[in-house]
Amino acid sequence: MERHFDEGLKALKERLLYMASLAEAMIHWAVQELMVRKAEMLSEVMAKEQEVNQIHIEIDDRCLKLIARHQPMAMDLRLITAAMKINSDLERIADQAVNIAQTTDFFLKEPKLEPLLEIPRMAELAQKMVRDSLDAFVKQDVDLARSVCTRDDEVDTFKHQAFNNLLTFMTKEPACIHRALDLILISRNLERIADHATNIAEDVIFMVLGKDIRHHIENRMGT
Amino acid sequence: MTPKPKLEARQLHFFYGTFAALKGINLAVPAGTITAIIGPSGCGKSTLLRVFNRMNEIIPDVHLSGDVLLEGVSIYQDGLASTTLRKRVGMVFQRPNPFPLSIFENVAYGPRIHGLARGDSLRRLVEESLQATHLWDEVKDRLSQSALSLLPEQQQRLCISRLLAVQPEVLLLDEPCSALDPAATQQIEELMRELTARYTLVIVTHNMQQAARVSEFTAYMLLGELAEFGKTAELFTNPRDPRTEEYITGRFG
Repeated sequence: MERHFDEGLKALKERLLYMASLAEAMIHWAVQELMVRKAEMLSEVMAKEQEVNQIHIEIDDRCLKLIARHQPMAMDLRLITAAMKINSDLERIADQAVNIAQTTDFFLKEPKLEPLLEIPRMAELAQKMVRDSLDAFVKQDVDLARSVCTRDDEVDTFKHQAFNNLLTFMTKEPACIHRALDLILISRNLERIADHATNIAEDVIFMVLGKDIRHHIENRMGT
Repeated sequence: MTPKPKLEARQLHFFYGTFAALKGINLAVPAGTITAIIGPSGCGKSTLLRVFNRMNEIIPDVHLSGDVLLEGVSIYQDGLASTTLRKRVGMVFQRPNPFPLSIFENVAYGPRIHGLARGDSLRRLVEESLQATHLWDEVKDRLSQSALSLLPEQQQRLCISRLLAVQPEVLLLDEPCSALDPAATQQIEELMRELTARYTLVIVTHNMQQAARVSEFTAYMLLGELAEFGKTAELFTNPRDPRTEEYITGRFG
């Protein structure tokens, strides 16, 4: 039986997906700006951030109204609370993309620095994690959500490698310290994006199974 | 930890003629808590409530198998008078049903017939019972007026006072707020929470939000069976049985 409430939930999911597509595009443009040295991408990223911020407010408002009007229970309740948290994570992902674009803007004003080391691979992984976490949300796919959580460790490893490599590079080439620091910041931003995607994946698992896996609580509780 | 059971249904089957209204119910109602029984119309929830204080005995052509235990002792044992049982396990109905007597006499009636109190001690008992439902201040100056002059919500609180006056252990409430407006409903719900300090409450309700608000445990019944029983906070956020999920999210039917 289709409920009136289902229309509201469907619209909510669609808006979240649209917001995710914007956040994903912002990461893509920010990293492109860095990789192909296209400074004009910054304005694209900034423009999309405005839209993301508007949708952030709109989605919270939708969630509050759905709760107030329908008093959801069980899976419906978990879906709406997950949507509110995913909304927050997506907004922060967009903020991280803005940070990358802004740092890149400074970076591009300096002479070219090669190579970019682990950063392109990290960007690719983080973007895919964001996409997969939202796919998992829409399809209620717990396995896909778990795979996102696993990939977070891979991104963390890349970040550590990038940090170490850039530190070594800075000691050898003091003239490049400023640019190397920019890359450290960018790798940190990408790692944060992966963390937010992991949060989304954890929320999806809670939404579907009603089981909280954050902070490895399931291991501690022996379940 | 779940408190020890006050009331317990064991392999309980109940038939109206050949129609099986309850099919093998096993349910332990924890002492000193509110347990809500929810489920669609005809699921057997009101029948179960009535079986808990043998109200079914007044209906012709019914039979029962299995047992109901009150503190471990069968309420269907030979020789236990229904009046004795109903003094320990009282019931509040959907529509307030005060006797066509004065406010005072409504509350004094039970203790008087059970020989619990008389004279000053009866007056004290009436006052305490009306205090317990917060009705005393509203009626203390008109105790001799007809109970039928009270508002519906006051009448419902009077009916609860009438039960409390015979010092019961379990209160069974069958849709106690369905004839009341939201403000009156809230008052009764607050009262129910207070009463758990001294009594075990079982409430049948069609209002799921009410079950979610007031109870600590919830039983979901479907087609005469107990589909799920558990802590209310868990049942309404993460039910184990897909049939419960369908019902509480309104996908049922």
